[in-house]
Amino acid sequence: MLKRAKALFLSLLSLVVSLPALGSAVVETSTRQLNMPQGVTEVSQAAYDIHMIMVWVCTVIGVGVFGFMFYVMYAHRKSRGAVAENFHENLVVELLWTIVPTIILIVMAFPATTALLKVYDTDNPDIEIKVTGYQWKWQYEYLGEGVKFMSELRTSDDEVYGREPKGEHYLREVTEPLVLPAGKKIRFLVTGNDVIHSWWVPDFGVKRDAVPGLFTAGWAKTDKPGTYVGECTELCGQGHAFMPVVVEVKEQAEYDAWLANKKAEAVEYASTIGKEWTAEELMTKGEGVYLQSCAGCHQADGNGIPGVFPAIKGSPIALGPQIGHIAVLIDGVPGSAMQSFADQLSEVNIAAVIHYQRNAWGNDVGDVTQPIDVLNYKQSK
Amino acid sequence: MAHGPATLADGWRAYISRWVFTTNHKDIGTLYLWFSFAMFLMGGAFAMVIRAELFQPGMQLIRPEFFNQMTTMHGLVMVFGAIMPAFVGLANWMIPLMIGAPDMALPRMNNLSFWILPFAFAILTSTLFMEGGGPNFGWTFYAPLSTTYAPESVNFFIFAIHIMGASSIMGSINIIATVMNMRAPGMTYMKMPLFVWTWVITAFLLVAVMPVLAGAVTMMLMDINFGTSFFDAAGGGDPVLFQHVFWFFGHPEVYIIILPAFGVVSQIIPTFSRKPLFGYSSMVYATAAIAFLSFVVWAHHMFTVGMPIAGELYFMYATMLIAVPTGVKVFNWITTMYKGSLTFETPMLFSIAFVILFTFGGFTGLMLSIAAADMQYHDTYFVVAHFHYVMVAGAVFSGTAAIYYWLPKWCGKMYNETMGQVQFWVAFIGFNIAFMPQHFLGLAGMPRRYADYGLQFADWNMVSSIGAFIYGGAQIMLLYNVIATIRNGKPTTEEKTWEGAEGLEWTVPSPAPYHTFEKPPEFK
Amino acid sequence: MSTDASNRRVVVKSLFGAAGMFAFAIFVLPPMYDLFCEITGLGGKTGDEYTAVDVRVDTSREVRVRFLASNNASMPWVFKPTKDSVVVHPGEPTEITYFAHNVTDQDMVSQAIPSLVPNNVADYFHKTECFCFENQPLAAGDQADLKLVFIIDPDLPAGVNSVTLSYTIFDITDRAADPIAQL
Repeated sequence: MLKRAKALFLSLLSLVVSLPALGSAVVETSTRQLNMPQGVTEVSQAAYDIHMIMVWVCTVIGVGVFGFMFYVMYAHRKSRGAVAENFHENLVVELLWTIVPTIILIVMAFPATTALLKVYDTDNPDIEIKVTGYQWKWQYEYLGEGVKFMSELRTSDDEVYGREPKGEHYLREVTEPLVLPAGKKIRFLVTGNDVIHSWWVPDFGVKRDAVPGLFTAGWAKTDKPGTYVGECTELCGQGHAFMPVVVEVKEQAEYDAWLANKKAEAVEYASTIGKEWTAEELMTKGEGVYLQSCAGCHQADGNGIPGVFPAIKGSPIALGPQIGHIAVLIDGVPGSAMQSFADQLSEVNIAAVIHYQRNAWGNDVGDVTQPIDVLNYKQSK
Repeated sequence: MAHGPATLADGWRAYISRWVFTTNHKDIGTLYLWFSFAMFLMGGAFAMVIRAELFQPGMQLIRPEFFNQMTTMHGLVMVFGAIMPAFVGLANWMIPLMIGAPDMALPRMNNLSFWILPFAFAILTSTLFMEGGGPNFGWTFYAPLSTTYAPESVNFFIFAIHIMGASSIMGSINIIATVMNMRAPGMTYMKMPLFVWTWVITAFLLVAVMPVLAGAVTMMLMDINFGTSFFDAAGGGDPVLFQHVFWFFGHPEVYIIILPAFGVVSQIIPTFSRKPLFGYSSMVYATAAIAFLSFVVWAHHMFTVGMPIAGELYFMYATMLIAVPTGVKVFNWITTMYKGSLTFETPMLFSIAFVILFTFGGFTGLMLSIAAADMQYHDTYFVVAHFHYVMVAGAVFSGTAAIYYWLPKWCGKMYNETMGQVQFWVAFIGFNIAFMPQHFLGLAGMPRRYADYGLQFADWNMVSSIGAFIYGGAQIMLLYNVIATIRNGKPTTEEKTWEGAEGLEWTVPSPAPYHTFEKPPEFK
Repeated sequence: MSTDASNRRVVVKSLFGAAGMFAFAIFVLPPMYDLFCEITGLGGKTGDEYTAVDVRVDTSREVRVRFLASNNASMPWVFKPTKDSVVVHPGEPTEITYFAHNVTDQDMVSQAIPSLVPNNVADYFHKTECFCFENQPLAAGDQADLKLVFIIDPDLPAGVNSVTLSYTIFDITDRAADPIAQL
């Protein structure tokens, strides 16, 4: 508590001290950050600059107007013997305070327009990335490279619900960040799969709504490698606060290596489907997948939440025929919160989690679900 | 006149039927005010749940699903249940008194427009107890979260919105008819008190845009239940269309909330400055200009949705323009105080706080209009802070000012000035502790409607929550002050409670008799 | 005129006004919005079928068109363009296909919704033939190559040299069978 109070005091102090150069030094998102980040791209810099212009214009006007008001409140109070005058209009003054603000606004419109043109300058990208919002995770696809993956929150439920201490990167960590090369112009094509999300990286100055069926474009180009954290900014359901964006900007060589590795992984991935998995392997893998993707609703113990999310423990689907169980995961259950996992989990992961669900917490069907079964269902059913 | 209104002394049955069947504008005004205060406390309770959960990072008290229901219900109840009915209540009480009319023009419709409201909110609140929970898609209920992905209770939500809309439209028609047809001789349009002017303009806005909201929820209803696809891309519709329709209603709606507040403050500041309102006619024109502009700026709520740049530029310029008439108003208020003889009773304190904090909210509003910067502000706590400065420090502060200002006229008792001022300072300080840090949170990157947040936002959230609890406590003090005044306040019978007060409402005795101006007064 | 009569007039006029705004919201705003989208390319909606007029081919300019495919929530088909991207000259008609495979054991109907980035070039992107003009039924297990012929307008603003066309397919099987929704 004392530590927090001290941090708070420091924040207040930094507010006072840093007013003349508000935000000029704070790029990192710290507790003491009070201002918009300058970020690392032209767009974020443009947003920051116009923001600061507005802050100063408003401050100057505000100090003038309120200063006058406080003077009036002091000087013309009845207790000081002020006697009211009776004037109630003055055409010159009234015209003046209509025209002067209009002129100020017209002047401000110029930098505002320039900044906006920069936001919209999405043409001629070096790399295009398709960003798809899902309930509640992001999918990134490197267009023309054959690389795509899901990026979801890595913070565990135990941390969220206070059963474990919160880590340093609480709600700012994902399973797999978006990796980008420094010095390249990147165009983000943002869309949504189910409801509207919004993809925001403050340090890039990019915030684009992810609307199903519609693509919007944003862009970024930065020379500064580093990790940049963003958020989903459009209410998208219960997991709205739990789908952060993490972007890692790497030097070109590092990026190339990463991409090559990713491509190789994609190739290898296909081969894993053909492999015959043992029950133990599936059980171990399945538990991890379950805790990551299912436990949020169905709970770690498979009991669900009565009346909201059905239990898997003892459920007729988990104890019934394998094909029905696969169908639920691949197709989802229309009209319920159970969505299709066909695009979000690999065949291996789906097989593993089905195997786990059918053989955990006293569910002992005893069969083995192989990735190929899932693939067969998907392709040739 | 045979006899006055039934009191408790006439028995419960008579007393209850008085309130249920009343067509008296003062009774109905009282009903509206008490109802809105009850809703204010309920919406406030939802806010307390939200702030308690956000006190620390992590989920401590509730689940994210319920958190979303709380944010949604808080918004809906505060906008449609607290602020709007409160101003309708003030209009009911004060407009006939201000223009010298014996009652509202359409007293029976007046009764109806009030009494359907409790049903609307009973339905809305009951959704919280339904399977699947209440509305959880935000008070802006964007499709498809509110259609394809909505809980079952969404149909009740739509029904409740329809009833509220009908109530508002009826109330507005009543106000328009009253002001157009019931003015005392000599009360020309340009002599009406500014509160009446702002309310007439508000009433026209309401008649124009509440049906648009009704249209939006009707289209939702059809999409959900009858397979149409207004907002569903699959069938040739567009989720973005919903946002356009909603904000075509929604932007005028925020002026519907703030214009009557302008009116209240324009009554109070001259009274305690003992000087006529500066620039009366420019106030009227500025109000009309704001109302007009409110119809042509809606898409500034949608800068990140991917509009063509020409659209963004247009909506940015048009929005910036609103600063001009709003500025005129602020300058007029301050000039009204200039060379006056100022005293600072509770209503004046709230009004001055209104001017300062509303202007602050106006500044952040101007910042938000800059589309390039809005890419960073949009849907963050910066926006939350902005609209609470405008709506709470705007509408709620002016509503509180109005209560203290007219309470002696309503009940013939004077509130305790010390208690009033204490309540003001608690509210003022609590409000700023609650909402000022939200600017920092938003700029630092915390999105709105977040049930949980990263550790970097912990400090300011805790401060904000503490401020919110203080501000919540201030409302309990307000309730106490009002009840204490009604029960034990110092009786006051003089017509003119305040030395500098002008207007017809200050020519009738205090408390205002049940029937006033049955013979139209002469107004010079 | 008595107060009652003029009150009645106010009520009638206001109610007409309110009813008018309600009708405006439901019957005027949506078509107006669609029209607006078509004119401005808002949301990247591409226009309806275009009748090719004889335009010159601007061989001095090259535009890269990239193709994207997305499946909306719980749409199980395999859906992808047969080519990632093509480089075309403005004015020259180009044909490409999308591959669709209904992998389920049920007959289904889909609707593809186009979106073009950057949004403001929608006006310069003409489709003379497109599977998206109609819905696409596919019997259980069937596959199809869906055809698209487009022309980039030679008046495409200078500076635009890459365009991304995306189709998102939605499952409209229920809707296609529902007579009310056909209205």
